[in-house]
This record gives sequence, C-alpha cells and structure tokens, in this order.
Amino acid sequence: MSEQALQQAEYARQRKRQLKKATKMTLLYGVLILVAIIMLYPILWLIGASFKSNADIFSSVWFMPKEFDFTPYIQGWKTGTEYTMGHYFLNTFKIVIPKVIFVVISVTLTAYGFARFNFPGKKLFFSLVIATLLLPNIILRIPSYMMWKTFGMLDTYAPLVLPSLFATDVFFVFMLIQFFRGIPKDLDESAKIDGCNSLQTLIFILMPVLKPAIISCALFTFMWTMNDFMGPLIFISSVEKYPLTIALKMSMDATGGAFDWNKIIAMSLVGLLPSIVVFFSAQRYFIEGISTSGIKG
Amino acid sequence: MKKTRKASFSKDRYIGLLYIAPWLIGFLVFTLYPIVASFYLSFTEYDLLSAPTWVGLQNFKELFKDKEFIKALTVTAKYVIFEVPLKLAFSLFIAFILNMNLKGINFFRTAYYIPSILGSNVAIAILWKFIFSTDGLVNQVLGVLHMNPISWFGQANPAMFTIILLRVWEFGSTMVIFLAALKEVPGELYEAAEVDGSSKLRNFFTITLPMITPVLFFNFVMQLVHAFQEFNAPYLVTNGGPMKGTYLLPMLIYDNTFKYYNMGYASAMSWILFIIIMAFTMITFRSSKYWVFYNDNGGEE
Repeated sequence: MSEQALQQAEYARQRKRQLKKATKMTLLYGVLILVAIIMLYPILWLIGASFKSNADIFSSVWFMPKEFDFTPYIQGWKTGTEYTMGHYFLNTFKIVIPKVIFVVISVTLTAYGFARFNFPGKKLFFSLVIATLLLPNIILRIPSYMMWKTFGMLDTYAPLVLPSLFATDVFFVFMLIQFFRGIPKDLDESAKIDGCNSLQTLIFILMPVLKPAIISCALFTFMWTMNDFMGPLIFISSVEKYPLTIALKMSMDATGGAFDWNKIIAMSLVGLLPSIVVFFSAQRYFIEGISTSGIKG
Repeated sequence: MKKTRKASFSKDRYIGLLYIAPWLIGFLVFTLYPIVASFYLSFTEYDLLSAPTWVGLQNFKELFKDKEFIKALTVTAKYVIFEVPLKLAFSLFIAFILNMNLKGINFFRTAYYIPSILGSNVAIAILWKFIFSTDGLVNQVLGVLHMNPISWFGQANPAMFTIILLRVWEFGSTMVIFLAALKEVPGELYEAAEVDGSSKLRNFFTITLPMITPVLFFNFVMQLVHAFQEFNAPYLVTNGGPMKGTYLLPMLIYDNTFKYYNMGYASAMSWILFIIIMAFTMITFRSSKYWVFYNDNGGEE
C-alpha cells in the first residue's frame, strides 16, 4: 500500500515536472514567435501593400492583397524624375563597388601591420585606432565638407569613396586585428622559412585563412554603403548623380501628397532587394563577423 | 639566437610602419586635420563665402542662450535615455532565450537579424512612416483591438516613440554580439549553481550578467556613441517634428551647416555634442573597473 502510494507520488511528481517543462517551452516559443511576428510582419505587410491599390492599403491589417497589381512597380521604376530607378541603382553601385575594394585592401594591410609587426609608436597608433573607433563622426563633417570643396570635388563620388583607400573605416581594422590574433604565428614563421617575404606571407598564407573575415568586411561595407544617406546628402547635389537612397527620399517628398503610396512602397522594396539578396546568400558571414568583433571589445 | 632575432627585428623595424602607412595618412588627413579645423572654426564666424573671422568664445556664449539649442539638447537626452537601455535590455533578453538550446534557433536568429541589416536604409524609414501613419498598420491593429487610433506624428512623445521603436526594432546586431558572449559563459558555473539550489532567475544576475559585462560594456559604449549622433530616423521619419519634439541635436547641426551656412556656430554645437559624448564614454570607461569583470585579467585590448 505504502509502496504504491510512493510510486503514485513519484509518478505525480514526474508528471508535474513534465507539465512544467511543457509550459515553459510553450511560453518560450510563444515569446519567440510573438517577437518574430512583430519583427517581420511590418515587412510582410509592406510587401503586400506594394501590390494593393492605394485605397486598399489603408483598409486592412491583413497583408495579402486581394489581387496582385504590378502597376506600382512599373510606375515606381520610372520614379517620376527624368531618370529610372536603374540609373540610380547604377549610381549607387558606382559608389559601392570601388568602396568595397578600397576597404578590403587598405584595412587588410593596416590590420596586418598592427597584428604582426613591431614598430616605433605602435602603442600610440593602436590607441589612436581605438580612439577613432569611438570618435563621433559628426565632429569631422564640416571640415571634411570644406576640404572637398577646396579640392573642387564636391558633387563627385570622391568624398564618399576615396577616404576608404586610407583605412578610415577603423571598425574593420579593429575587427581584422582580432581575427589575425586568432591565427597562430607559426604559420608566418614557416612561410618565412620557405622564403616568403612579408607581403607574400600575407597574400598566400594568411589571407586564405582570413577569407571569412575579409568577406565579412566586404559585406558590411556593401550594406552600409548601400544604406548610406548622410554622405550623399551632403556631398552630392545634382540629381543625375544621386544614389538610390537620395532618389527615394526625393520621390517621397515629391509625391508626398495624398496618393501614390503603393508606388513609393514598391520603390522602397526594390531598393532593399540587393541588400536582402546579399544578406540571405551570405548570412553566416554577417553573424560571425559581428560576433567576433564584439567578444574582445 | 637572441641576438640574431634582435638584429632581424631592427631590420624589420619599419616594415610594419609601411603596412599601416595608408591608415596613418588617412588618420592625419581625414581625422586629425578635421578635428583641429573644427576646433578652430568653433571660435569663428564663417559662412563659406568669406574667410572665417575670429570671434572668441562668442559662439559658445550664444549657444547657452539659444532656446532652439537647449531644446534640441533636451530632446536628444530624452532620446538617448530611452533608446540605449531599451535596446540593450531587449537584445539581452532575446539573446538569453536564444541561448537556451531550443530547436529552430537559427530561424529566429535570422528573423531577428534582418531588420538590423535593412534598418538604416532610407526605404525602411519611409516604410516606418506608413506603418505609423493615421490609417497605417499600427492604428489598424489598434482598431482591431477596439482601441482608439493614436496620432503618432501629431504629438511629440508618440513621435519620439516611433523613432525609438525603429532603432530598438534593429536590435539584431547587438543581440548577436550578446549571444556570442553568452555562449562563452562556461556551463560548469550553472551546474555548480544548480547543485547549490540557485534559481534560474538568480543565476542570471549572479552568473550570466557578471560574466558578460565586457560585452555589455562594449555594446553600451557603441550604442551611446551612435544614439547621440542619430540623424536618419528623425530626419526621414518625423522630420524633427511635431513642434521640434524630435529635433535631435545632429539635425540642428545639419541645418545650421547646410541650410543656414553658420559653419562656425554649427562647429561649436558639434563640439558641445562631442564633449558630451566623450564625457559619457569616459565615465563609462572609468567606472568599468567597478562593474566590468575580465576573465583573463584584462589585457591591453
């Protein structure tokens, strides 16, 4: 009798534990799913809205359009300025592509120098890198503008692209130094014994190991430059040279009246497309890159 | 052996310098020079057309009497006070849940990360305007819940709320950094605590939080520096309105620079903002020895 009671009690305890675990799991997943909905539903709703008629956009919470109408996209592509979205896309890429190349080269060389060599003033220079990392850029803006004005390079892409040739994107320098530290120095030593000079060591031995980190740098540069608004806003003044971000803002202001919402939403979504494609085709580089940079901060 | 190493070291002494040379030039031209120039400009009156004229401390004196500046400063403070802790707390909370070895983590991690990748895009700011417009998604949801619609951009506080929410919505990258840190916390610590009968909630405060303070510190400083310089969200979503309720200091600086060409005055403002940011960063750094726990005895980094 007592044994049976004991067994029953044990059984009840077990049930209780299972129940508690199940409730906990439900609760956790509940939170995760709720947050995911809050995070993603606005995007979904907007995608739906881009196919809706203007009247339908603001009449329903449900994201699915009653029927798919592609005219917002056709109209959006024409923008309403004298250029199509294709033109602005091209402008954006004229900034993004050189910038990515410049960042990768200059940042890799600088990080290599800091991570693998001793030289006079190294400590001071490294602390300057860290200081620049924390420096509010806002302080640099007015003199930079004046400097490019003196060079006669306002309304060109030079102010947006050229500084990257000089490793001004210190965030990546810092990130790559962290990665370099994770590579055993034996690798350099044996390359040296094999007769590599330091540049050959970097290119043939270290860069292949660093590839994921370098790809992270390139991808982040791509995203941030695609998104950059302040830079072109300050330096680019002729419509012909506007990148997509400024063109979007301009069409929003131009059609800011009471209609054409679906067109602007469609344009915005098309504008996001390259970033979305790049993100999904390389998401592990984003997440790994950013994790490593933070860990040793 | 030692001798030869030393010899080769001195021969290589300048190779490193050669590698960092691009950065050094960049630093001098695109960082150091602008800082010095902006410091000088803050003591001048300058409209880009004629040469700057020295006015001493006048810009700074005017600033402290300038109601628009004081207002922008207050609004910026309000933004930072809410945005930074909210974003950090939310990122940490979600990272904590994601760290629990649940199934399907990768899906959620990606889902949460997407907004932070797209978030700074102009397109998202435009879309945000639609979501919070009078008949936008949020008010429609409120309608479904039988609540009164809110005029989000009609009053200062709701407008401020929308831009704070936009930035909190982009919590993905902060979260990923937290998540990486949480994974580094040794599991034995929790096992030991469990033996002692410590609750999960207590573990969070006695084990998890102390162990990740270096990363918390990193995230806090980064978010602080960013928040004080926020420009895109108010510029694109609320345009500083209504009644300058979201007119953050960087917007005021921008307008003074590129609309009114008060270069000297705007430089003085940037310097005040710069000093405020630096002060907060310094306080955080100084205080870090009391609350940041380094596992490996610090280190130079």
